[in-house]
Amino acid sequence: MKTKVLAIDDSRTIRNLLAATLEEAGFEYHCAVDGRDGVDMYPDVDPDVVITDINMPNLDGFGVIEELRGSGINSKVPILVLTTESAPELKARARGAGATGWITKPFDDASLIFALKRVTGAAA
Amino acid sequence: MSGSIQDTFFEECEELLEATDEGLTAIEGGDHDPEVVNAIFRAVHSIKGGAGAFGLDDLVAFAHRFETVFDEVRSNRLELDPKLVQLLLRSSDQLSALVEAARDGGQIDEAHNDTLLAALDEYIPEEEEDLTFEPMGLGAAPMVDLGDIGGGEPAEPQEETYRIRFQPLKEMYGTGNEPFFLFQALKDMGELTVKLDDNELPGFDAMDTSEAYLAWDLVLVTKELRSVVEAVFEFVEGLCELSIEGDGDAEAEANALANLDAMFSTPPATAAAPTAPAAAAADAAEGEAPSAPFEPPVPAPKPEAKPAPAEEKASAPKAESGKQEQRGGPKPTLRVELERVDRLINAVGELIINHSMLAQQIANLPVSDTRDVETELEGFKNLARDIQEGVMAIRAQPVKPLFQRMARIVREASSATGKTCKLVNEGENTEVDKTVIERLSDPLTHILRNAVDHGIEKPEDRTTAGKSNIGEIRLSASHRSGSVCIEIKDDGAGVNRPRVKQIAIEKGLIPENAELTDAEIDNLLFAPGFSTAKEVSNLSGRGVGMDVVKNAVTGLGGRINISSTPGKGSTFTIILPLTLAVMDGMVVSVADQTMVVPITSIVETMRGSDDMINSLGADGTLLSIRGNFVPICDVAGSLGLYRESDQQAGVYLLVETETGQRCALAVDDIHDQRQVVIKSLDGVCGEIAGVAAATILGDGKIAMILDPESIIAASPTAAAFDTERRMSNAS
Repeated sequence: MKTKVLAIDDSRTIRNLLAATLEEAGFEYHCAVDGRDGVDMYPDVDPDVVITDINMPNLDGFGVIEELRGSGINSKVPILVLTTESAPELKARARGAGATGWITKPFDDASLIFALKRVTGAAA
Repeated sequence: MSGSIQDTFFEECEELLEATDEGLTAIEGGDHDPEVVNAIFRAVHSIKGGAGAFGLDDLVAFAHRFETVFDEVRSNRLELDPKLVQLLLRSSDQLSALVEAARDGGQIDEAHNDTLLAALDEYIPEEEEDLTFEPMGLGAAPMVDLGDIGGGEPAEPQEETYRIRFQPLKEMYGTGNEPFFLFQALKDMGELTVKLDDNELPGFDAMDTSEAYLAWDLVLVTKELRSVVEAVFEFVEGLCELSIEGDGDAEAEANALANLDAMFSTPPATAAAPTAPAAAAADAAEGEAPSAPFEPPVPAPKPEAKPAPAEEKASAPKAESGKQEQRGGPKPTLRVELERVDRLINAVGELIINHSMLAQQIANLPVSDTRDVETELEGFKNLARDIQEGVMAIRAQPVKPLFQRMARIVREASSATGKTCKLVNEGENTEVDKTVIERLSDPLTHILRNAVDHGIEKPEDRTTAGKSNIGEIRLSASHRSGSVCIEIKDDGAGVNRPRVKQIAIEKGLIPENAELTDAEIDNLLFAPGFSTAKEVSNLSGRGVGMDVVKNAVTGLGGRINISSTPGKGSTFTIILPLTLAVMDGMVVSVADQTMVVPITSIVETMRGSDDMINSLGADGTLLSIRGNFVPICDVAGSLGLYRESDQQAGVYLLVETETGQRCALAVDDIHDQRQVVIKSLDGVCGEIAGVAAATILGDGKIAMILDPESIIAASPTAAAFDTERRMSNAS
């Protein structure tokens, strides 16, 4: 069974980069184009891990985490946040909302896979 | 990382830059909707994010500064006053320039870049400035070979034993972190033994499912550095009690870490992290399952992980998202490669040709009654036209992005000339063929620069003339009877006709005593080698004149005109065909050759009789039409074709050139008027004077599409007549 990743990012470039790295590494890749889309897709995709951007139209990354962790969906899967800055308060806020970890943009393949491994145990 | 991802990035940048421009224009117009500011912030942020991935550090640095200022605005710490809006507009232009430079490998104006950065910095509070984004140079830093640090020979990593005490706090379980996976990551680095410490676990009755009771004692033997080991616990930092003790923290390692610290000024935990996973990923790629089965820890007591704060906040974003949904999302779209559309267009072209062939075959049938077939054929023709229009609509794009770029050109030109101008766009949603839009960019840029440089007066002169001190340039697009009309209208001083005429005489473009109408003088601007700038300004005078603009427009099968009123301003009108692939043409024959003349250039057709023909000079002939003389231009002669003696050119197509010069093209016969598919001759044969392109006719034969303009230009009769006319006007 491939590990299923749901990536939520409004940037096509980032989605493509994630797709290239993750598919190459053997993950099953799904993507959503903004926060609302991501939350809507979540039940159908039923991912093993979620990667979400913070700054997005139609529900930002914090909103995504809150809705996924909220009573409606009550997701327990790891959620990794994509951030540009490694600002501590941003991480704290994401964590407060229920994020599992973070990936700092720009990311390289190895650190992306390493982050996924630490939260899912899967290297693929 | 493949080029195609980078291509997508630049494509996306275009869209994001458009969104930024659009937002800033709205703000400039007084729209202070927070969502507009947010949208700009997100757009710039996305550019930064993507640029970071490709190591485009200049772009990242600029976008970061730009974005930070916007963050200040959206947090209401900074007010959008006109001065700031102007700076943001210029910054947005610079962002475009940086994207272009990154894409095309060009150079940017460093000084200008620095000036803008400094200006942006003034709006960024001190503490924010310290957070300046550090370009991470795509994995270069984390992936650095640790052995290289210090410059010495790569030292063989020493095996080290770490004793790790890991005790999660209950908060950790709400974040989706799982001890098991952390141990697995550790196990990939070496030999790991895991011992569960459940001493704290109370009896079953006393157990609180939301508490954390378990701890683990781990022993890891690895060649990895401590920092790599620490990196595994990055996400649970602060959510657990953690101690990592090495058997003897080797001096070498301490040095290496110090070096790492110095190099990246980031905690070593993050800096060196990915070294291990790189190896792990490599292992995984080879498909090697972990050899020794991992001893699974006792599953952590998983409290009903419902983080209370999350629940409380959940209602807020829901309300917001409801609002978003009401706005209605954009229409679903499909991104298609241009090549596929072009293939379809070609196929439709073939279909139209095929229709003509079929029609001809049917006409040639020895059957008396073909009415039914012809009715069906008519249906076929209409469908083909529908399909063609549908495909054209796919290629059609609104001129909005082009017009938005032009706003930038006007801003740049204004600041370079010290004038104040604003560009007003009209009909931005008018759709035009993609290629036309692409090729319009240069001519429009040139006209607009000219309008600012030569058209609009200096603010003080405008005030004297009783005009608003802000010059206005109106750029509009509209569809007009099967063509696209683009108008550039300024409210400047208008064409300085005495000067234009003087220059034309000085440059030998017209005889000294030429008597020209106002329109003729205005059109001299398009004459090759004409330039009014006294000294070459660095703006519009780049050594090219308006003739280049005219060539670009005619190259698209269009026409350009200028009209001007002294003191009131000038208007340039560009008329373009809707499509570059199909046109309506008149099928004629010239010396046994079938040719096509574009309908758009034909004013009138007529059969000539001997008494209508008058001679001019030795070889020239003039056609007299209702009392006016028009030079006759024999198409066969100008193309170098020879007629059999019994043939003669008896049909005349009256055509008019840009400058209003009329000419009668003499052909042998007119056959038909129909839609023809334009096939470029580029790459098939070189440029042929008088021929614009080719097409395939119903009988499968190739026919040349004529370019009346160049036939007339090459005609000695037309030239002689023109000179004669000017001379007679003068005398």
